[in-house]
Amino acid sequence: MADPIHQFQVINYFTLGKVGSTNIAFTNSALYMGIAVGLTAALMLGATAGRQLVPGRMQSIAELAYEFVADTIRNTIGEGGMQFFPLVFSLFMFILVSNMVGLIPYNFTVASHIIVTAALALLVFVTVLVCGFWKNGLHFFNLFVPKGIPWFVLPLIVFIEVLSFLSRPISHSVRLFANMLAGHITLKVFAGFVTMLGGLGFAGWLGATLPLALTVALTALELLVAFLQAYVFTILTCIYLNDALHPGH
Amino acid sequence: MADNAHDGNDPTRRQTDEAALSARLRRLGDQLDRHGPSDPSETDRGRPTADASGYARGFRLSSELVAGVLVGAGIGWALDRVLGISPWGLIIFLMLGFAAGVLNVMRTAGVAPERDAGIPPRNN
Repeated sequence: MADPIHQFQVINYFTLGKVGSTNIAFTNSALYMGIAVGLTAALMLGATAGRQLVPGRMQSIAELAYEFVADTIRNTIGEGGMQFFPLVFSLFMFILVSNMVGLIPYNFTVASHIIVTAALALLVFVTVLVCGFWKNGLHFFNLFVPKGIPWFVLPLIVFIEVLSFLSRPISHSVRLFANMLAGHITLKVFAGFVTMLGGLGFAGWLGATLPLALTVALTALELLVAFLQAYVFTILTCIYLNDALHPGH
Repeated sequence: MADNAHDGNDPTRRQTDEAALSARLRRLGDQLDRHGPSDPSETDRGRPTADASGYARGFRLSSELVAGVLVGAGIGWALDRVLGISPWGLIIFLMLGFAAGVLNVMRTAGVAPERDAGIPPRNN
């Protein structure tokens, strides 16, 4: 039977150099990250090359993407959040495009490795810390001190709030990673049933239509999940960045 | 319009109509109330549509809880290693982490107030 997790294997194409004793290799993961960035850049540059008042297809896609992310930021953070637009838009487009590319058979899904999503989540986490302290100074610590709490439970609450804050990058990264991993494994397993049943002769072919139909349905679901998870990652980024700008209670 | 004229001429009938209408409205209101609180999209206005499907919502909640417990366990274990107070760091921080996880889940579900409850509510 086809190995359902073989698709997540990282393959070294060639070695770029060494840092300490670690090989820095160009892998299939890096290749697909490059493809995602390239496709996004091509879409955006191509759309804005021939700007028209009445947008064509490409320009419509680019404008839709812009409006979508800009509205999300305005609704979550407010107008002041637009300074984070480049970061949020890059994250959204990178995750969305890499997820969509990964859905095409034989392609590699970048977000199915937790190290990738953890790096993205830590980027947001560090941005929140740096921006929070830069904009608010020590008032940023107000984030951990809720108002209206009796003084004798306050130390406990502060500890819990700090832990809750530290757990953000974990849940932020695990959600995207686990959704992509589970979805792609499910797809592979059901698609594997088709070939297994197909080997049984005529009755097997009849039986194989069932998992085949399910594979088609699951592909549609995965398309939704690929978009939804990119959106969820984006909106959580906005919610976290909002804390950096407004840590008060 | 003919109905209006007719009702206007007959005050007693209009009153009974209004009584029946308000009774129906009250019944509808009761039914909506019964549905309302259980509908999550009504209650968590502070956190806009991060969970568009039940599957995504359930996954979010569980990952929030697990993340809290993991962070608590990690910090407790590290403190044990560094300070040599095993097993007290792990015990205390595991419990604190569990509390943080529950807090995360309640915030995500919109049961507990947001961190930024002080700023005016944003419209979605």
